[in-house]
Amino acid sequence: MSATTPPRLGRPARPPRPALPGLVKGTWLVAERELAMRLRSKSFLISTAILLLAILASIIVGGILSSTSSAPKVAAVAGTASVVDGVQGLEVTEAASTDEAEALVRDGTVDAAVLPAETELGYELVALDEAPGTIVSLLSVAPPVQLLEPGDSDDGFLSYIIGIAFGVVFFMSAVTFGSTIAQSVVEEKQTRVVEILLSTISARELMAGKVVGNSILAFGQIALIAAMSVLGLSITGQSALLGLLGPAIAWFIVFFVFGFVLIAALYAATAALVSRQEEVASVTSPVTTLVMIPYFLVIFFNSNETIMAIMSYVPFSAPIGMPLRLFLGDAAWWEPLVSLAVLVATTLLIIGIGSRIYSNSLLRTGARVKLRDALKG
Amino acid sequence: MLEIDDISRSFGSRRVLDGVSFTVGAGRMTGFVGGNGAGKTTTMRIILGVLSSDSGTVTLDGTRLTPADRALFGYMPEERGLYPKMKIAEQIVYLGRLHGMTPQAAKRSTDDLLERLGLGERANETVESLSLGNQQRAQIAAALVHDPEVLVLDEPFSGLDPMAVETVQAVLTEHAAGGAPVLFSSHQLDIVERLCDDLVVIAGGTIRASGSRESLRAEHSEPRYEIELASDAGWVRELSGVRVVELDGNYAQFEVDRGDEGLAAAQAVLSRALAAGPVARFTPLHPTLAQIFKEVVK
Repeated sequence: MSATTPPRLGRPARPPRPALPGLVKGTWLVAERELAMRLRSKSFLISTAILLLAILASIIVGGILSSTSSAPKVAAVAGTASVVDGVQGLEVTEAASTDEAEALVRDGTVDAAVLPAETELGYELVALDEAPGTIVSLLSVAPPVQLLEPGDSDDGFLSYIIGIAFGVVFFMSAVTFGSTIAQSVVEEKQTRVVEILLSTISARELMAGKVVGNSILAFGQIALIAAMSVLGLSITGQSALLGLLGPAIAWFIVFFVFGFVLIAALYAATAALVSRQEEVASVTSPVTTLVMIPYFLVIFFNSNETIMAIMSYVPFSAPIGMPLRLFLGDAAWWEPLVSLAVLVATTLLIIGIGSRIYSNSLLRTGARVKLRDALKG
Repeated sequence: MLEIDDISRSFGSRRVLDGVSFTVGAGRMTGFVGGNGAGKTTTMRIILGVLSSDSGTVTLDGTRLTPADRALFGYMPEERGLYPKMKIAEQIVYLGRLHGMTPQAAKRSTDDLLERLGLGERANETVESLSLGNQQRAQIAAALVHDPEVLVLDEPFSGLDPMAVETVQAVLTEHAAGGAPVLFSSHQLDIVERLCDDLVVIAGGTIRASGSRESLRAEHSEPRYEIELASDAGWVRELSGVRVVELDGNYAQFEVDRGDEGLAAAQAVLSRALAAGPVARFTPLHPTLAQIFKEVVK
């Protein structure tokens, strides 16, 4: 270096610069990176494929099981053929003799044999080791029933299964993508790359980009799951169930979109409080609990109308509770709209608070940042 | 010219920066020195807008910095970091695009830089697979991908191998020669001494001294000389206007007052020495940056 002061130079003339990425473009660049990194991860692709196959398989197997169990097989001989003639839902096999019919029962080809006997009806049912209840009721004359207070739906088992299905899907997506966001936030803090990022884009854009990127993946996965369910139900001929489920699935997706963004913002904000991957699980555990509670409530209380009604309005459980109540026909037409409004308002509020915590915590590395300090700034 | 004017910042009740003002001239390599916790990193973060200041302004050529201006800055944070699992070229392109470059321009610039930094063949490897020295080079590429017009580098030389130190030096001088204001902090005062045109000294959150290296030198140290004779130099102590700093047999180091009187006192030493016998050496000493630094912050 020379000791004399060189002449002061002006800023050199340069070709005009491209404009800074705006809010939307900055957010999108971040989201794009999140998407690319995730879609390149083999474990993510494999687990998604397994999930989809499992859903398709369970629907197909369920369909096969229900169609086989619905048509019990009986064997009849010439003398008793008239008994089973024209009875709906029975598959009849003609046997040449009583012995042959009994043999068919023994080797399991049929569930029971209808054989002539010295009884009031003139025939008896021969079964292997237990009374064939379904066949008995098919052959019986049932008295007409009149209900004074008919219920909305009597299929408790189906609502249980559907409730769990919504619960599992929501829980799994929220936790897997939520913790992905949390890890990605801490990765940037831990590797300090966040400081370079913040010299180009704002903390809000960074957080928005992460939430958007992971939300797109989560929505994509949910859309695939929904498509797979519809496909599965159609090819196994369960389109009646599909008609019942369709609106519930549609509402579930709408609620999921907002519910997921809410949870994603919470994961991003809480993860920003720590600086090491080892601390992510503990700092985000309150959020994970918030996601888990509705899941367990659905399992334990899905037939309790009061609890389900409350759940369908609480923002964290609304994505599970409201679609289920709609499926059961328990909710009036305006209820999902009110619940959705509550959810959207909460989501906006949490994004506001969350991005404040996030911005204030990003550069504080080392010890865990106290929530109060993060809110104060 | 980058101008930092009256910046203050507190964290909670702790005042980290208190009325910090200095300038980084266009084309000037400005060294930013100070002890640990003196406020260097906080100042740089505020210049980059990564952190907000409680009061004060940062201006470039007289206009307040907007995010668009800051996109023209090249920044190397003290705590280095890139995405460990992302490919080098890919993430430098990403950072270029965050600075507003088109994908094509970012790609071109990344390829050039990596080639120049000797990382061309590693472009498609992940950062975590690189040696530390090469990770530092990648970090340099990340700060330069958008061809910045202002450079702000926090401890750019720490942890670098000698080869990389040279690369960074070359890059800094090149940018300064192109007219960019360059601000860099360092603990390695010898490197700062070698490189910088201007110097800013910070301690306890306030600027203790700033200006050109030479003017600081003149301002913050007494003129000092050393003399080596063929015989014992003990008599130097007896001369008026001379303060002996070190005396060792035939060797003496002494300080004189500033100005003409001091100059005359030094010449008097030389005359007497020549009269007494041969003089092996008579040299005015430049105080090292370390000495100035100690003087300024005490």
